[in-house]
Amino acid sequence: MPLDWIMGLAGGVLIGTAAAIFLLVNGRIMGASGIIGGLVDGSGRHDWMERAALIIGLVLAPAIATIVIGGSATHLTGNWAVIIIAGLLVGVGTRLANGCTSGHGVCGISRLSLRGIVATVFYIGAGGLTVVLFKHVLGVI
Amino acid sequence: MRVLISFLVGGLFGLGLLVSGMTDTTKVQGWLDVFGNWDPTLAFVMGGAIMPMALAWRYTLGRKPVLADAFPAPSDPKLGLNLVLGSTLFGMGWGLSGLCPGPAIASLSFGGFGGALFVVAMAAGMLAAPPIRARLDQQAISV
Repeated sequence: MPLDWIMGLAGGVLIGTAAAIFLLVNGRIMGASGIIGGLVDGSGRHDWMERAALIIGLVLAPAIATIVIGGSATHLTGNWAVIIIAGLLVGVGTRLANGCTSGHGVCGISRLSLRGIVATVFYIGAGGLTVVLFKHVLGVI
Repeated sequence: MRVLISFLVGGLFGLGLLVSGMTDTTKVQGWLDVFGNWDPTLAFVMGGAIMPMALAWRYTLGRKPVLADAFPAPSDPKLGLNLVLGSTLFGMGWGLSGLCPGPAIASLSFGGFGGALFVVAMAAGMLAAPPIRARLDQQAISV
């Protein structure tokens, strides 16, 4: 099995363990878009400290790991127009759908939630079609 | 205490995203690129993450969270236009950039200006969602 797949599985278990702790201890769904969105639009005002603490941990741990181990790269496109349009789509889409890869994908599918499964089918389908269109047909990304 | 748990959960989440390679947009776009050099890593990440969560959900039956009164009910139980349209728009942005909300935040320290620009645009998109959601709810159809 390629190392990437093993690292993927190990990292996945860390993500799932984090989500399980958040559920069993705090009684909350570890959905990135919901946690961020509640801070951005003010709907999560009542528990803003928990949301902010999670986000600080989410930034800090990879930052420290990168300093210690070194060499992390996102390989994000340098095309600002693509970055802005993609960011807007991800922001509006995840808040309309009430979840993203972590909320609907990890937390929803593991609960066999129909909403989580339907959302995942649609965002993976749309993502696949977008890559085909913009990479192979238009050559933009 | 809940704040401390949230901080630790965020840290573990971030480490998982980094270790799994999900902060690398080429791996995510590689998963979506079924007609190119397809990269199945994301399936291993999803599988690895779903296993502990499936156990956790089973454990919740008949119990209460340690530091809360009840486990969460689905926030919006119906399948509707919001879910389908929202997930489609999200998927388009995900495919274009290779970033979803978790990795976008987790990579802020090393993602450079582009990564920060993405997060600002994402926040702007999030602010635009509530009015659109309200309009869609008025003409909600059941799918």
